[in-house]
Amino acid sequence: MGTDIPLFHYVVLSGILFAIGGIGFMVRRNVLFSLLSIEILLNAVNLSLVAFNRLRPQNHTGHILTFFVIAAEAAEVAVGLAIVISLYRLKRTVRVDEADLLRN
Amino acid sequence: MNQHLPAQIFMYTAAAFAVFGALGAAFSKNPIRGAMGLLVLILSIAVMFLSLHAEFLAFIQLIVYAGAIVVLFLFVIMLLGPSATSPADKRGLLVRAFGGSLFGLSAIGLIALCVNSLLKTPLEVVPATEDFGHVNAFGAELFARAVVPFELSSALLMVAVVGAIAVARGRHTDDDAQGNAVARQSSATSVAATKES
Repeated sequence: MGTDIPLFHYVVLSGILFAIGGIGFMVRRNVLFSLLSIEILLNAVNLSLVAFNRLRPQNHTGHILTFFVIAAEAAEVAVGLAIVISLYRLKRTVRVDEADLLRN
Repeated sequence: MNQHLPAQIFMYTAAAFAVFGALGAAFSKNPIRGAMGLLVLILSIAVMFLSLHAEFLAFIQLIVYAGAIVVLFLFVIMLLGPSATSPADKRGLLVRAFGGSLFGLSAIGLIALCVNSLLKTPLEVVPATEDFGHVNAFGAELFARAVVPFELSSALLMVAVVGAIAVARGRHTDDDAQGNAVARQSSATSVAATKES
C-alpha cells in the first residue's frame, strides 16, 4: 500500500511540529504547558525517525529508536508530573519561574 | 486520477489536524484544552505512522500516549483544579518572545534548507517487504539487535515509577501525621462499631 506521498512532506510536517513545540516551550511559563510542549517535540522527532526509516526498509532502526523514545517519554512524563505536584504542594503555583529554590 | 488519492486526502487531513492539535496543545489558555490538543496530535501522528508502514508503532502510540500519558496529564490537571490555569503575566514577556521568535526563525530556516536539499535529491521510497513494521519483524529485530537497551528501558520505567511516587508523596508534615492519626482512630472506632453491631 504505497501512498505515493513524497517523503519530504513528512519531514516538513515534523519540522513544523518541532517549531511549534519549541516556541511553546520558550514562551509559556505554565509548567504543564512546558511538559505538553516537550511531548510535541518528541512526537515530531518520532515522526521524522519513522519517515526516514521508510527509506531503508531492510531494517527497523528508526522504529526501534522510536520505541525507546516512547518508553523514555513515558518515564519522563511520570517524573515530570510528580515534580509538578510536588512544586504545587510547596509553592501553591504551577509557574516555572516561581520554582527558584536553587537560586543563590 | 490515481488510486492513491483517498489515502493522500486522508494523510493531508491528518497533517492539518496534527498542526491544529499542536497549536492547541502549546498555546491554549486552559490546560484541559492543551491536553485535548495533544490527544488530537497523537491520533494524527498515529495515522501517519499507519501510512508509513509502521503499524506496530501506530498501536504503541495509541496505547501509550493516548491511553496513558494524556490520561496522566488529565489526572494531574484535575488534581490541581483551577490553579492549573496560571493567570496571564507580562513580566519577562520580551525575553520570552525573543527566545520564541529566535527558535521559530531558526526552525523556518532549517525547514527551508531541508526542503531545498530534498527537492534537489528526492528521497526514493523503496517498496517495503510484506512484514515491514509488523510486530513480528519488529520484535525479531528488536530482540536481535537491541536486547540490552530493551532490558535497560524496563529498569528505567521501574526507577521512574518509584521516583514519581517518592517525589509526589512529599514529606509528611505534622498536620499530615495528625490527620492520619485521626483518620486511623476514626476508622478503628468504626471497625469496632461494626463489630459490636
